[in-house]
Amino acid sequence: MGSISEFLAMGGYAAYVWPAFGVAAVVLVGFVISTLRTLRARERALAAREGADHAETGGERTA
Amino acid sequence: MANLHKFANPTLFLRLSRALLPWCVGIAVVTMAVGLYLGLFVAPPDYQQGESVRIMYVHVPAAWMALFVYTLMAVASAVSLIWRHLLADLVAKAAAPLGAGFTLIALATGSLWGKPMWGTWWVWDARLTSVLILFFLYLGHIALTHAFDDPGRGARAAAILALVGFVNVPIIKFSVDWWNTLHQPASVLKLGGPAIHPTMLWPLLLMAVAFTFYFIALLFLRVRGEIAARKLRALQLARAAR
Amino acid sequence: MKRKHRRLMFVLFALVGLGAATALVLTALEENIVFFHSPTDVAEKDLPAGRTIRVGGLVVEQSIQKQADGVTVAFQITDMAHTLPIVYTGILPDLFREGQGIVAEGELRADGVFAAREVLAKHDETYMPPEVADALKKSGHWKETDGTGAEQ
Repeated sequence: MGSISEFLAMGGYAAYVWPAFGVAAVVLVGFVISTLRTLRARERALAAREGADHAETGGERTA
Repeated sequence: MANLHKFANPTLFLRLSRALLPWCVGIAVVTMAVGLYLGLFVAPPDYQQGESVRIMYVHVPAAWMALFVYTLMAVASAVSLIWRHLLADLVAKAAAPLGAGFTLIALATGSLWGKPMWGTWWVWDARLTSVLILFFLYLGHIALTHAFDDPGRGARAAAILALVGFVNVPIIKFSVDWWNTLHQPASVLKLGGPAIHPTMLWPLLLMAVAFTFYFIALLFLRVRGEIAARKLRALQLARAAR
Repeated sequence: MKRKHRRLMFVLFALVGLGAATALVLTALEENIVFFHSPTDVAEKDLPAGRTIRVGGLVVEQSIQKQADGVTVAFQITDMAHTLPIVYTGILPDLFREGQGIVAEGELRADGVFAAREVLAKHDETYMPPEVADALKKSGHWKETDGTGAEQ
C-alpha cells in the first residue's frame, strides 16, 4: 500500500470515486437518522395517548 | 374498534423483528466494514478502468437493492390487494423511500462513474432511462400513499401503481441484453459465471450483503413506526367516536 | 374465500395483459430504443445521411490517425462484418484506444464517412487486475470480447 495521499488520489479519479462513496454514505446515514427519529416520536405519541385513554376510561384496556 | 383484530399479526411481527434486529445490524456493520476495507485497500485496480472501478462497490449493490426493494414492494402490494393484509400495506409504505434512496445512489454513482469512463454524465440508453423511470415510480408510490386522508385508500392506490410498475423490473434487468446500450451487460448474474476476478468479486458480494441487511434492519424499524402510527390513529378515531 | 380467489385471478390476468402490452410496445419501438447502430446496420439498412444518429463498434487496430491540426482524429470502427470510417474533432474519453468499443454520435456524410460530434467509450462486463490481463495476454488465453454488445 502506498502513501495516504496516493490512496486519496485514486489514480487521478479522486474527483469521481470519493463523491460516489460520499453520496452513498449521506443517503444511507440519512435514512438511519430519519427512521430512528420518526420511530421515537411516534412511539412517544402512542404511549402518551394510551396513557391518557387509560386514565379516562378508568383502566379499561384499549389495545 | 372492530378492526383491531388486524393487529394480531403485527404483534407477531413486532416480536419477531425485535429478536432479529440486533443480528441484522450486526451483519450489516461487519460486512460493510470488511467490504469497504477490501474494496478500497485490498482489491486491485481494473486493467482498463484503473482505480475508478472502486465506484462499482457502491454502485452495483445500490442498483441491485433498487430492483430487490421494488420486487418486494410488488409482492407486498399483490398480497395487500388480494388478501387485504394490513402488514403488507405497511411493508410497502416503509420500503418505498428506502428503494428511492438506493435508486438515487445507483443513478448518482453511475453518473460519477460514467463521466471518466464513458465520457458522459448521462445518456438516454435503455438501461439508464429504465432506472430513471424506476426512480419516478418510487416517488409516485410515496406520493400516492400520502395523497388520501384514509391511509387504506392511499395504500390501495399505491399498491396498484407498484404492481403496474413492476413490468419495469425485467426491462431494467434485461435492457442491456435486448437492446444496444452504452451500459455494459451483467457481470455477476450471467450465464457461464461471473466475469469479475475473485479479488474484485468478494468485496462486491460483501457490500451487497451489507446493503441487504442494512435494508432489512431499517425496514423492521420503519414498519414498527408505521404500526405505531396506525395504532395511534385507531385510538384517536375511537376517542372521537366516544 | 371466493372473493379472494377472484381478486387473485384478476391481479394475475391484469399482470399478464400488462406484460403482453408492454412487450408489444417495446417491440414496435425497437428502432427508437436501440442506442446505436452497428456498421452492418449502416451498410445494409440505408440510414438517412444528414440525420443525427449514433453508431457503435470496436476501434480497428492501427486505424487511428491524428490529423495535422492536432485535435481531429480519423479512425474506423468494426463489428467484424463491416467497417465504418469516422472523423471526430474534440476530446476523447480515457478508455478510447484500439480494440475498444465506442459509440459515436453525429451524421453520416454523403461520402460514407461518419462525422462524429461526440465520442463515448463503452467497456465490457469483464473486470480484472492489470497483472491478470497481462498474464492472459502472454499465455495466449486472451479473448477479444466484442465490447459493443452489437449483434455478433
